Amino acid sequence: MNREEITAAVVDIIQTVAPDEDLSDLKPDVKLREQIELDSMDFLDIVMELRKRYGVHVPESDYKELATLEGCVSYLGPQLEGLQGKSARIAAR
Amino acid sequence: MDAESRYDAVVIGAGMSGLAAGIRLAQFDRRVLLLERHTLWGGLNSFYKRGGRRIDTGLHALTNFAKKGARGAPLTKLLRQLRIPWEALALGEQTFSEIAFPSARLRFSNGFGLLAEEVAAAFPAERDGFARLVRAIGEIDPYHAGEPHESGRAFLSHFLSDPLLVDMLLHPILFYGSAREDDIDGYQLVILFRSIFQEGFARPEGGVKRLLDLLVQRYRELGGELRMKSGVRRILVEGGTARGVVLEDGSEIAAERVFSSAGFAETMLLAERSVTEQDVGRLSFLESISILDRPLASLGHRATMTFFSTEDRFAYRRPDALVDTRSGVICASDNYAAKEASTEGVLRVTVLANHDRWCALPEAEYRAAKESSAHAALDAASRFAPDPRPHTVFHDVATPRTIRHYTGKLGGAVYGCPEKRRGGETGIENLHLVGTDQGLVGIVGALLSGITVANREALLARETG
Repeated sequence: MNREEITAAVVDIIQTVAPDEDLSDLKPDVKLREQIELDSMDFLDIVMELRKRYGVHVPESDYKELATLEGCVSYLGPQLEGLQGKSARIAAR
Repeated sequence: MDAESRYDAVVIGAGMSGLAAGIRLAQFDRRVLLLERHTLWGGLNSFYKRGGRRIDTGLHALTNFAKKGARGAPLTKLLRQLRIPWEALALGEQTFSEIAFPSARLRFSNGFGLLAEEVAAAFPAERDGFARLVRAIGEIDPYHAGEPHESGRAFLSHFLSDPLLVDMLLHPILFYGSAREDDIDGYQLVILFRSIFQEGFARPEGGVKRLLDLLVQRYRELGGELRMKSGVRRILVEGGTARGVVLEDGSEIAAERVFSSAGFAETMLLAERSVTEQDVGRLSFLESISILDRPLASLGHRATMTFFSTEDRFAYRRPDALVDTRSGVICASDNYAAKEASTEGVLRVTVLANHDRWCALPEAEYRAAKESSAHAALDAASRFAPDPRPHTVFHDVATPRTIRHYTGKLGGAVYGCPEKRRGGETGIENLHLVGTDQGLVGIVGALLSGITVANREALLARETG
């Protein structure tokens, strides 16, 4: 996955966890919790979805790395770059 | 033991808290088994069928009404956690509700304006104190388990000097969820003040079954297993750690963790630990349910809930007699907004009752007492709402004995024991409480209880494993 695909994957997970939020204007460098309503329980669900969908394990001590969209991409990049993104998967069919 | 009967988690009781815990655990990919003693799920908030009608049990209102997506609202949070769309609940809001005492009457509705106006009009001297009370309630985080167990009555009296106003505000709060006589823990008061007065009442269209169907469907979608008519005889504990359960049919089920919504004392007894009298709640209720051949509005009654007291000092304690009809709750279920106007009326009257006295009655006397106590409750309620009896097409009565039979709550105590375990702890490793005795009350509270206890377990398991 490239950075764009990782961003799309993270946004998709946030949309699953918080279906009523409008995510079209998320700023990459501003804390997610300042832009949309996410409490600690929702955060737990984001981490859970990362594990379910991509097998990524985020220890609690690393939660702070996921505060912004940019942070998510930087943190998840090394773990996800080997995976094919949705668009890549579709193109490969 | 074969792999078939090994689970990551067993949840005892398919009420609101058990279902919510089951959903969350299944979402965390746990292999979950939810066990229910009866043929229907719902626990304290269930339903039954008589004469082609579906009748709800419990207090019949969803507190904590919030509009779709309302920020920070408990309802928004729990629907998100359970991934149930707000629209699916098809909530109909109350018309208005009232607290009716001999010397004063206060109406309230969803949103807070009406109550503030009514307090200012009926208790002008308390206007400033009430405003300070509301500010203080806004600043407290009652979900933080570290809050002290201050008396809720003392908390109100700190801001309000008129004991009549204190009693009037306490009435719905105590009837809606206090396990303590004449009082409630401070943090529960804050939660219920918000839930009842600042957020308000609504009802899923068609009743509690709509919500229960959504929960069961969600749980099954996630791969959760639900077994009905499967009462638990014993919780297996070895070396201070829960290992599983033994069902009433004698079969054993091994589990990494056991979540029990049975109540603290009930769970301890299942785990073969001793309990004291203080662990059993003293407050139980009698409920009369009348179905009328016409909607209540056609009889001039528009209030959804009426919290009545025939005396200005209201007592919320176990009566010495079978029932205490001096105070109670009247619920007109057809006075919720609904897409289809109802052609029938439903009037429920709930009063305090003495569980031990009801259970000591021989069968013949029990039946007679059920009739006469229900009539006494209706006589009292008829001072505040239309008398349903001339228009009744169906009437039923639930006593503390009924409640105990269907919920397994010792003492028929629907709000559990007075001492809450807010972390769901039992003193036994891997055995967690969900539901009433975890300290959150009402349908929304019970759902949140199941969610938070399951989340905490999932977090801990991740850290250790």
